[in-house]
Amino acid sequence: MRKYRLLVIAALIGLIAAPAAQAQISDGIIKIGVLTDMSSLYADLSGQGSVIAARMAVEDFGAAKKGMKVEIVSADHQNKADVGSGIARQWLDADKVDVIVDTPNSGVALAVTQIVKEKGKAFLVSGAASSDLTGKACSPNTIHWTYDTWALANGTGSAIVKTGGDSWFFITADYAFGHALERDTEAVVLKNGGKVLGKVRHPLNTADFSSFLLQAQSSKAKIIGLANAGGDTTNSIKQAAEFGIVKGGQNLAGLLVFITDVHALGLQTAQGLIFTEAFYWDLNDKTRAFAKRFAELDRGIHPTMIHAGVYSATLHYLKAVEALKGDDGTKVIAKMKETPTDDPLFGKGSIRADGRKLHPMYLFEVKKPSESKGPWDYYKTRATTPAEQAFRPIDQGDCPLVKK
Amino acid sequence: MIFGIPPQALFGQLLIGLINGSFYAMLSLGLSVIFGLLNIINFTHGAQYMMGAFVAYFLLQYAGIGYWWALLLAPVAVGVVGVVLERFLLKRLYSLDHLYGLLLTFGLGLIIQGIFRNSFGSSGLPYAIPAELTGGRNLGFMVLPNYRAWVIVFSLAVCLATWFVIERTKLGSYLRAATENPALVQAFGINVPRMITLTYGFGVALAALAGVLAAPIYQVNPLMGADLIIVVFAVVVIGGMGSIMGSIVTGFGLGLVEGLTKVFYPEASNTVIFVIMALVLLVKPAGLFGRAQ
Repeated sequence: MRKYRLLVIAALIGLIAAPAAQAQISDGIIKIGVLTDMSSLYADLSGQGSVIAARMAVEDFGAAKKGMKVEIVSADHQNKADVGSGIARQWLDADKVDVIVDTPNSGVALAVTQIVKEKGKAFLVSGAASSDLTGKACSPNTIHWTYDTWALANGTGSAIVKTGGDSWFFITADYAFGHALERDTEAVVLKNGGKVLGKVRHPLNTADFSSFLLQAQSSKAKIIGLANAGGDTTNSIKQAAEFGIVKGGQNLAGLLVFITDVHALGLQTAQGLIFTEAFYWDLNDKTRAFAKRFAELDRGIHPTMIHAGVYSATLHYLKAVEALKGDDGTKVIAKMKETPTDDPLFGKGSIRADGRKLHPMYLFEVKKPSESKGPWDYYKTRATTPAEQAFRPIDQGDCPLVKK
Repeated sequence: MIFGIPPQALFGQLLIGLINGSFYAMLSLGLSVIFGLLNIINFTHGAQYMMGAFVAYFLLQYAGIGYWWALLLAPVAVGVVGVVLERFLLKRLYSLDHLYGLLLTFGLGLIIQGIFRNSFGSSGLPYAIPAELTGGRNLGFMVLPNYRAWVIVFSLAVCLATWFVIERTKLGSYLRAATENPALVQAFGINVPRMITLTYGFGVALAALAGVLAAPIYQVNPLMGADLIIVVFAVVVIGGMGSIMGSIVTGFGLGLVEGLTKVFYPEASNTVIFVIMALVLLVKPAGLFGRAQ
């Protein structure tokens, strides 16, 4: 009889406990997985810095004070979609990771977004650029935070065409990101009445660009658009100077340039470059305070827009988890979309139904060496595009989540 | 028009190919010398090339010593590190299978690269072209940067000098004899272990020299060697392991082939060398210039 009573009590506890458990945080810990490039050409502009940014977001959210247990894990996807997918599956299936953040390299991000959707978890993209993440490949479990190829093309491309740069030649990284950036920029160039004279596609992580630059030179295009990133961009710019491309009257358009790239090139080589970014550390007091803390933790490197995006996205995610008192991926993403965003780095913003985070984008110009006060004092702001105009209109992305 | 490309553009591309080929030639030459005399497959070669570039950067940054002195000092410094490495580690492996040397040097290469990456990040450090070699001259079909012209001339000279020393001088004949039969050469009163140590140091110095040459063209980057070393190994395999002239000729030749691929099918430019390697291995397993043993 006693045995039977025990069984009933157990069942009752189960009855009471079960629904409560659903609204709780799975296994009591919120686990954030930073999936990034730790060892190759994107490691400085995302990499360890993204882990640091996520950690700072957890601190600033005050997770410990609020009694929330948050744990951060990280891994190197080596810029390979198969390696990235493997890690994502392992994290979501076995290691109880609730949310994956960052993931530079659009090829990897496009693979991971599918897996996260399948498992009903959350994916906050800061590093990857392809606008397909909120277009054809959009997902109810993914938010694309910092920037995308459409915003870059729209910011830099139209500014250049409007000032007379109306014939283009593209040097494009041969994978999902480069293709998307080239496609989006070409559309902007054509729309503004320019023309594209040619394009060449190079393998990711190429050291020597002279052959491609020579092809660009003989095309006689006014603008050579660099649809690549990280080390590929810095090598292109450095070698273009060597071959006298700018002296010969052609101009370079770095379509995706980060502050770490400018730092690596030095102002002597990088001065005068114009490009679009979502963030610069020297915008206001709050961004400066963040940069100071960040640089102390990351070998003096000042935060890129990707680092800022990881911070801001993680913070907003934790707020949504707190409000929901649960960490079910699909629900948290829905909650994040419904709540306006507000953080020290990007200010007030919002997230659209297709997963696109909205905030202003800036057109920066790299300072001359004489204008710079020292290391990391590199940009001056040329123009600001308001949030509503900075990103692709929601009805033009072919995202299945958007009702027409 | 040649294959739909104006001949002038084609000349430009061929010249570019030769410039890249000169790096392949210098690096594969060092590998070949080391393999020929020590039977060690030196997988730290890429890291040593990178160290050469970094030493040049340090000299400029911290001591104000410019490019021309770096061209001499960096190879010596990295060569000395190589000698230490040979004395304390590699020496113990000569009696074992090739694989042990390969594993040791591979591991060391990863460690060195990891340390540099941790300390200096992955985006690289700037190193300017020396003032004497900035600018370029217009050849009619392209602007040839003076620095690149210098790279071709200088590396060709270094390669030929190395070939001459090993194949045509008395010192070279000692070296070659020591690889065939070390015991006999030692019996003639020649200090074979010291010769081997110095040979390794020389091979490593060649890698560092290539690193200094590369510093003004590419970023001084912890990963620069890792990206290149695999290609260079393919060059050595195609040329024939241990063949000095073979390394030089295939180095320049494959630079040309790669340059042409960048024009006709750029997407394949980082695979074409491996395709050639596979074909050569099928037809001539000892490499184009190697002797079957």
